[in-house]
Amino acid sequence: MGDKGMVIVGAGEAGVRAAFALRERGYQGTVTLIGDEPHLPYERPPLSKGGEEAETVRAIVANERFAEAGITFLRGHRAISVDPARHALLLEAGETLSYERLLLATGAAPRPFPGIGTSDRIHVLRTVEDASAIRRHMRGDGRLAILGGGFIGLELAAMGRKLGTAVTLFEAQPRVLMRGVPEKLALALQARHAAEGVELLCGVGIETIADGESGVTIGFADGRQIKVDALVVGIGAQPNTRLAAEAGLAIDNGIAVDRHLATSDRHIFAAGDCCSFPVTAYGGRRVRLESWRNAQEQGSVAAANMLGEAASFDAVPWFWSDQYDLTLQVAGLSDGATSTIGRTLSPEAEILFHLDADGRLLAASGLGPGGAVARDIRLAEMLIARGTRPDRAALADPSVKLKSLL
Amino acid sequence: MSTWIDVCDKDEIDEEDVIRFDHDGKSYAIYRSPEDSFHATDGHCTHENVHLADGLVMDDIIECPKHNGRFNYKTGQAKGAPVCVNLKTYAVKVDGGRVFIQVG
Repeated sequence: MGDKGMVIVGAGEAGVRAAFALRERGYQGTVTLIGDEPHLPYERPPLSKGGEEAETVRAIVANERFAEAGITFLRGHRAISVDPARHALLLEAGETLSYERLLLATGAAPRPFPGIGTSDRIHVLRTVEDASAIRRHMRGDGRLAILGGGFIGLELAAMGRKLGTAVTLFEAQPRVLMRGVPEKLALALQARHAAEGVELLCGVGIETIADGESGVTIGFADGRQIKVDALVVGIGAQPNTRLAAEAGLAIDNGIAVDRHLATSDRHIFAAGDCCSFPVTAYGGRRVRLESWRNAQEQGSVAAANMLGEAASFDAVPWFWSDQYDLTLQVAGLSDGATSTIGRTLSPEAEILFHLDADGRLLAASGLGPGGAVARDIRLAEMLIARGTRPDRAALADPSVKLKSLL
Repeated sequence: MSTWIDVCDKDEIDEEDVIRFDHDGKSYAIYRSPEDSFHATDGHCTHENVHLADGLVMDDIIECPKHNGRFNYKTGQAKGAPVCVNLKTYAVKVDGGRVFIQVG
């Protein structure tokens, strides 16, 4: 490699992991990590994951580790444009950085409700500042409304109830977590939220949102209105693709990368929430994932390939969500499944295995207290990666160790 | 003063598996290796407050159930990101079919 060095845009999980992975692999040139926030890298989104009351923000790495590893971390710097022909990245401050290889780890941004921005009462959750603002409402005795029954919305609802706030959650679909979580587990989570006092309204279409000094007025499709003290909009995220698109890189529901995480320009890679990639275990189907582990692992693989290796990213998608004392874990992609087999680990803990018509295990979803489902989901992930057709009776029988099916 | 603490019958831990053991306000993870040796570490991952007894044992590795951080449970060595702090290990002996760990 020449002396231009490695440049990484985005100081989230993927970008930070890639920066350190370059050093762990022995790269000696300059490594520059650029974050547009004024903070040290932290786990995103704050507030919804982690959960302990006193702890809102958790750092990804201690500041001194950048110096120890010889990584230049530019915080509060925005990247303006990429010039692929010149291998150059222009920063807002006017500085131009040359790169040998560039990694775009620009993440995703909350999808706004059409026509509605944020205010003192209307929030999204992505940054430390968002989390602090939402937390202020959770300390008051007003009612917090959450729009969207995805992971962000549900984790926030659980946090709100822990802190004693009245919470109403609206979901336009007939149930929460329509995407990627089987109905049985989603309904079990809904029941838990109801038992914790969350007012959960599914199948409701919201037509209007009006912000006023005394609160937020939400208007429904059927003409009804309610007024709440604050609203969090949690209706999904969209990949941050502006830099890539303006540089002429291929975009397909995110920055399109190949299985080596290379973009359509072979000197530019992408990793984490911002990119879509082909999933080897599912016939190369292109997906974009927003999860902690995906960001970590893609950061590692991108770093290897920036150094000239040809490592494939072939992980099975996997994520978790903590709500109250419950953990939901999902491994794999269940689309295309024709049958589901349940394994009851305890009255509170259950795994669902999703198989295709040939009996191949496509996905496994588990819900239970603490780490109750973790081991079986991890083993299911390994079974999925190997393309296994496990014995159905063995899957259903909790006394059969999944490890014995490997 | 170190003390040997009685944990369990050796057959209460399957081969290549782990159980949780709580004693005197502390939590431990007790392992039985595929070679039928017994080992003990602190119960919680050094990365986040997650109990390793819910994790997966493969050969001499314990994998944290949340972030998949890996440790060698025989030596306590952290095997790389996201874990960088080693696990504390404890001496273990098997006596009369019972497993004991040395604490303090």
